[in-house]
Amino acid sequence: MDSFSSSSVVGLGAVDPKLQHFIKAETQKQRFQQLVHQMTELCWEKCMDKPGPKLDSRAEACFVNCVERFIDTSQFILNRLEQTQKSKPVFSESLSD
Amino acid sequence: MEGGFGSDFGGSGSGKLDPGLIMEQVKVQIAVANAQELLQRMTDKCFRKCIGKPGGSLDNSEQKCIAMCMDRYMDAWNTVSRAYNSRLQRERANL
Repeated sequence: MDSFSSSSVVGLGAVDPKLQHFIKAETQKQRFQQLVHQMTELCWEKCMDKPGPKLDSRAEACFVNCVERFIDTSQFILNRLEQTQKSKPVFSESLSD
Repeated sequence: MEGGFGSDFGGSGSGKLDPGLIMEQVKVQIAVANAQELLQRMTDKCFRKCIGKPGGSLDNSEQKCIAMCMDRYMDAWNTVSRAYNSRLQRERANL
């Protein structure tokens, strides 16, 4: 899905600082929302068996862990990429590790 | 998100654009887009969980399953939202 793009109002933001601030804030909020959508989808696959009358504590804990581990994974990837970038640049044949 | 912005940017022909009105309209459009996204993913997940071999109609058990699934998906979404928010705040506190 094409998430809300700020490019169509960026011209307006250039003149009005209030709009500029608004765009920044909304963009950040959207990024948050998008990640929640994405993680909910992913973690649903990992944590949900058969939908019951309520979210039991085990499933809830799984969702919380899932979010944490997803963020950890994202950070891990960024950090390692940064490290491997120093020895070998990204766009080389040896990227497949 | 289809359509993007509405054609009326709160100018109403006067030639002047009201930023306040634009912001309100944009907020509404964002909310709509988020609701659509949520529904799309929910439908996908609940179809997968609740519908086996597609029959000639949705039987009672399937409908009950879908209803429960919707509620659980919302619970999951809220849990994820809270957990993510906590993590972000923790990260910010560590900076």
